[in-house]
Amino acid sequence: MQDSRTAAVSMRNITKTFGTIVANNKVDLDIYRGEILSLLGENGSGKTTLMNMLAGIYYPDEGEIFIDGKPVQISSPKDAYNHGIGMIHQHFKLVNVFTAAQNIVLGMDTDQDGKHISKGKLDIDTPSKRIREICDAYGFDVNPDQKVYDMSVSQKQTVEIVKALYRGAEILILDEPTAVLTPQETEKLFTVLRNMRADGKTVVIITHKLHEVEAISDKVAILRKGEYIGTLITKETNAQEMTNMMVGREVKLNIDRPEPHDVKPRIEVSGLTVRSSDGLLKLDDVSFTANAGEVLGIAGISGCGQKELLEAIAGLQEIESGEINYVEDDGSRSSLIGVDPVEIEAKGVQLSFVPEDRLGMGLVANMDLADNMMLRSFRFGKGAFTDRKSPHKLAEKVVKDLEVVTPSIETPVRRLSGGNVQKVLVGREIERAPSVLLTAYAVRGLDINASYTIYDLVNQQKDRGVAVIFVGEDLDVLLELSDRILVLCGGKVSGIVDGRTADKNGVGLMMTKLGGEAVG
Amino acid sequence: MDRKEKEPLIHITKRKMIPKKQEWAIRLGAILAALVVCAVITTLTTHLNPFAVYASMWEGSFGSERKIWALLKELSILLMISVALAPAFKMKFWNLGGGGQVMAGVLATTTCMILFGDKMGNVPLILLALVTSLAAGALWAFIPAFCRAKWNTNETLFTLMMNYVATQIVAYFIIIWEKPKGSGKIGVINQSSRAGWLPYLGGKQYMLVVLIAIAVTIFMYIYLKYSKHGYELTVVGESQNTAKYVGIDVGKVIIRTLVLCGLICGLTGFLLVSSTDHTMTTTLEGGRGFLGVMVAWLAHFNPIGMVLSALLMVFMARGSGEISTAFGLNKSFGDILTGVILFFVIGSEFFINYQIHFRKSSKGKEAADV
Repeated sequence: MQDSRTAAVSMRNITKTFGTIVANNKVDLDIYRGEILSLLGENGSGKTTLMNMLAGIYYPDEGEIFIDGKPVQISSPKDAYNHGIGMIHQHFKLVNVFTAAQNIVLGMDTDQDGKHISKGKLDIDTPSKRIREICDAYGFDVNPDQKVYDMSVSQKQTVEIVKALYRGAEILILDEPTAVLTPQETEKLFTVLRNMRADGKTVVIITHKLHEVEAISDKVAILRKGEYIGTLITKETNAQEMTNMMVGREVKLNIDRPEPHDVKPRIEVSGLTVRSSDGLLKLDDVSFTANAGEVLGIAGISGCGQKELLEAIAGLQEIESGEINYVEDDGSRSSLIGVDPVEIEAKGVQLSFVPEDRLGMGLVANMDLADNMMLRSFRFGKGAFTDRKSPHKLAEKVVKDLEVVTPSIETPVRRLSGGNVQKVLVGREIERAPSVLLTAYAVRGLDINASYTIYDLVNQQKDRGVAVIFVGEDLDVLLELSDRILVLCGGKVSGIVDGRTADKNGVGLMMTKLGGEAVG
Repeated sequence: MDRKEKEPLIHITKRKMIPKKQEWAIRLGAILAALVVCAVITTLTTHLNPFAVYASMWEGSFGSERKIWALLKELSILLMISVALAPAFKMKFWNLGGGGQVMAGVLATTTCMILFGDKMGNVPLILLALVTSLAAGALWAFIPAFCRAKWNTNETLFTLMMNYVATQIVAYFIIIWEKPKGSGKIGVINQSSRAGWLPYLGGKQYMLVVLIAIAVTIFMYIYLKYSKHGYELTVVGESQNTAKYVGIDVGKVIIRTLVLCGLICGLTGFLLVSSTDHTMTTTLEGGRGFLGVMVAWLAHFNPIGMVLSALLMVFMARGSGEISTAFGLNKSFGDILTGVILFFVIGSEFFINYQIHFRKSSKGKEAADV
C-alpha cells in the first residue's frame, strides 16, 4: 500500500532474535500521523517485540528506523521519548504509594518546555496543573492527587497514558490495552483515543481482538510468526479476511455451544462469605449451583471475587461462613469446606482447577513438562520415590493431543509461549478425568487458534458430564460459550442469566451495578 | 534532539540453551584466563616464576600421601556441609546457619566424650555421641525452620544469628572444661584412653570420614533427584502457591528439609570431634558453613557437581597455604590468587547465561562468544 505522505515512523527490514527464536524477521512497517493503527497478530507473532524496539526496550539486530524520514537510533526509553514515542505496556509500571502526579513526573529532569528542573525541590503543583489540562483536552478522568493504590485498573491505565502524553509523546503505543477493561471502560478508552487522533496524535494499538480493530482503527497491520503480512484499511476489510491473514489459513469464528444433556446439580454453594487475609470482604453471601453437563460462566470486573470463589471450591481458600457441597450422581452430598486439595481427592472428588496464575500457581516455571505433569501424580510413586515414567508419557500425550509447540518434554515450561503453557496446564487438568473443572481466564493472552482449542476442550468436558465453571473476561466469549452466566459485582452475585438469551450490555451493567437493570 | 546517536557498542542477550560441552569449555576457559592473570600478578608483584608458584600449589595438595589424605579430609568435611545445605537452598530457604548446626554437633559429641569417656564402653559412647550430635544439629536447624513455617520469620538473619549463639555456648564450655586450667583450650579429649574416638579404617585416620562423605553425597543426589521429598521441596522452592495448589503442606516440607540439613551438619560436627580433630575450639567449623553455600551454588545444587566445586575450594586453600611457606610470602598473597580464580569461575556463569554482541560484528553469525 502506498501513501504519498512521509510516514511518522518507518521501520525497515527489522529483525530481532532471541537465542534461536526469530521474533521479527525483516519487518517493514509505516505509521502515519493522525491515524489509529491496529497491530494485529496471534500470540508470538512479534507484535510487542516490534513495538518494544520503537519504545527503546529492545534494540533491533538488523534494520533501520526512520522518524519523519530521518534515520534514528533508539537505544533507551529516553531516546524514544525524545522522538515523541511513548508506550503503555500491558503491565503497568507505577509506584503504588505515589499519587498520579508523582508517578507522572517520576524520573523527569526537565519540565514541559525542556528546562531543567531545579534540583532538590520538587514542584508538584505546576505538573498537576499541566496534567489537568491534558485530561481536559482529551477527556481523561484522572485526579492528579489520587494515590495509585486507590485506583481501578482502568484508572491506572489512564495514568500511564497521561504519563506518556505529559512527556510529549506524539506517537502512542498501547499494548493490549483492553485486556483488563470492562466493555464500558473500553468504550471510554476508545473515545479518548479518538480525541487524540483528532488532535493529530498517532496511536498504535496492539491487539488480537478483531471487533476492537474494527471499532477503533483506521488501518490494520498484520503480523504472522514474526513476519509482516500486510496493511489493510479497516473499512475495506472484514473480520474473516483479517483472521485468515493473521492465521494464514481459513478459520471459523463461531464458538460452538452444544446443547447440554443429563444436567444435574454437582456443586452447590450457599451463603459463601470469604475475607482476604487483610480482612477485606471478597465474597459476600454467594449462592449458586453448578450443574454437571453445563458450562457456568462467571462474569465480573477483575478482582470481584472470581479468584476467591474458585479457590474456595478448590479447597485453597479460608472461608468465613457458608457451605460448598459436592453432589454425587445419587444425590448424596459431601461438604468441601475445610478440606485441602489432597483430602478432596481422597474423597473421590476429581476436581480440576486451571488457575489464573498459570506459572505462579498451576505450574512450576522452571520445571520441564514431565515434572509439571508430576505435580498431580507424584504421590502415586512407589515408597519414597516418585514415578517418572507415567508423567513423561502423559506429557508426550498432552503435547501430541493438544499440539503443544515445545522443543522437547525436557524443556522448562517458562520457555514456552503463553498459549502452549496454557495447553500444558489445561491438558494436565483434563487428563485427570475430572467431574468438576474450574477455569480462570483460560484463554487470556491466547491467540485465536489456541483459544478455540480451549473452547473445544471445555465443550468436550461438558459433553462428558463435567460441571465446568468458566471464569472469563471477554463477554463475547462468555455469551457464546456458557449455558448460564453468573455475574459477580463487588463479591456479590449480581444475577444469573441464561447465556443463550442474555445481551452484552445488560451483563456489562450487572458487572458494575448489582442487578444491573436497576439503572434502566 | 541534535545529540549524536550511535549504535550501542555492545549489547547483551540471554542465551536460550547451551550445550553441556560449550558450558564446560567456558568454565575451563575461565580457569585458564584466571591462571594467566594470576601469573601476571605473581610476576609483577613478587618477581617469582609463576610456574614455580603453581607447581608449589599443586605440591601443597598432592605432594605426598599425607598431603593427599589431608586434602581428602578437608574435602570430605566441606562436601558434607555443602551437601547438607543443598536441599535448603534448593527450597530457597537461605540457611546461613550451617556453621552453627555443625557446632551444635561438635558440642554434643564433646560433651558425651568428656562426661562419659570413662563411664561406658567405646561402642555405646560413640553411638551416644552420634545420636546426640545428630539431635543437636537437627534442633539447631529446626528452631529457625519452625519459626519460618509458623510466623514467616526471616530465615537468613535467624540462621545467621544461631551461628553466634552456638559459638558462644561452645566458648562457655571450653572455659568450663579447659585443660590445662588457664590455657583457654581443652586440648585433645581422652588422649590416653581414646574413648569416643572413631577407629582408623585400614590404618588411615580419615578413611571413615571419606567413606561417610561419599555415602552422604550419593544419598543426597538420589534424595533430591528421585524422592517424593526432593520433588516436594523443589516445588516449594519454586512456588509456594503451586505447592499449596497441589496440596503440599509447605510448613511441613520446610521443617522436614531443615531437620535433614541439621542432621547432616550434626553428623559433620560429630566427625570433626570424634574422628579428625579430637578437640573442640570455637573455630573448629572454620567458616565452612559459609564456604559451603558457595560450593553448593557453584554446582547448582547438584551434589555430584559439588565434589568438583568443593575440590576447587580446598585445593586453593591448601595451595595458597603451601606457597606462603615455600616462598616466604605473606598469607594474603595466596588469598589474592584464590580471589582471582574464584572471580573468574563465578564470572564464567555470566557468560554461560548471557551472550555478548559487539557492534558491527553482530552482522552474520560471528557474535562473540567471550
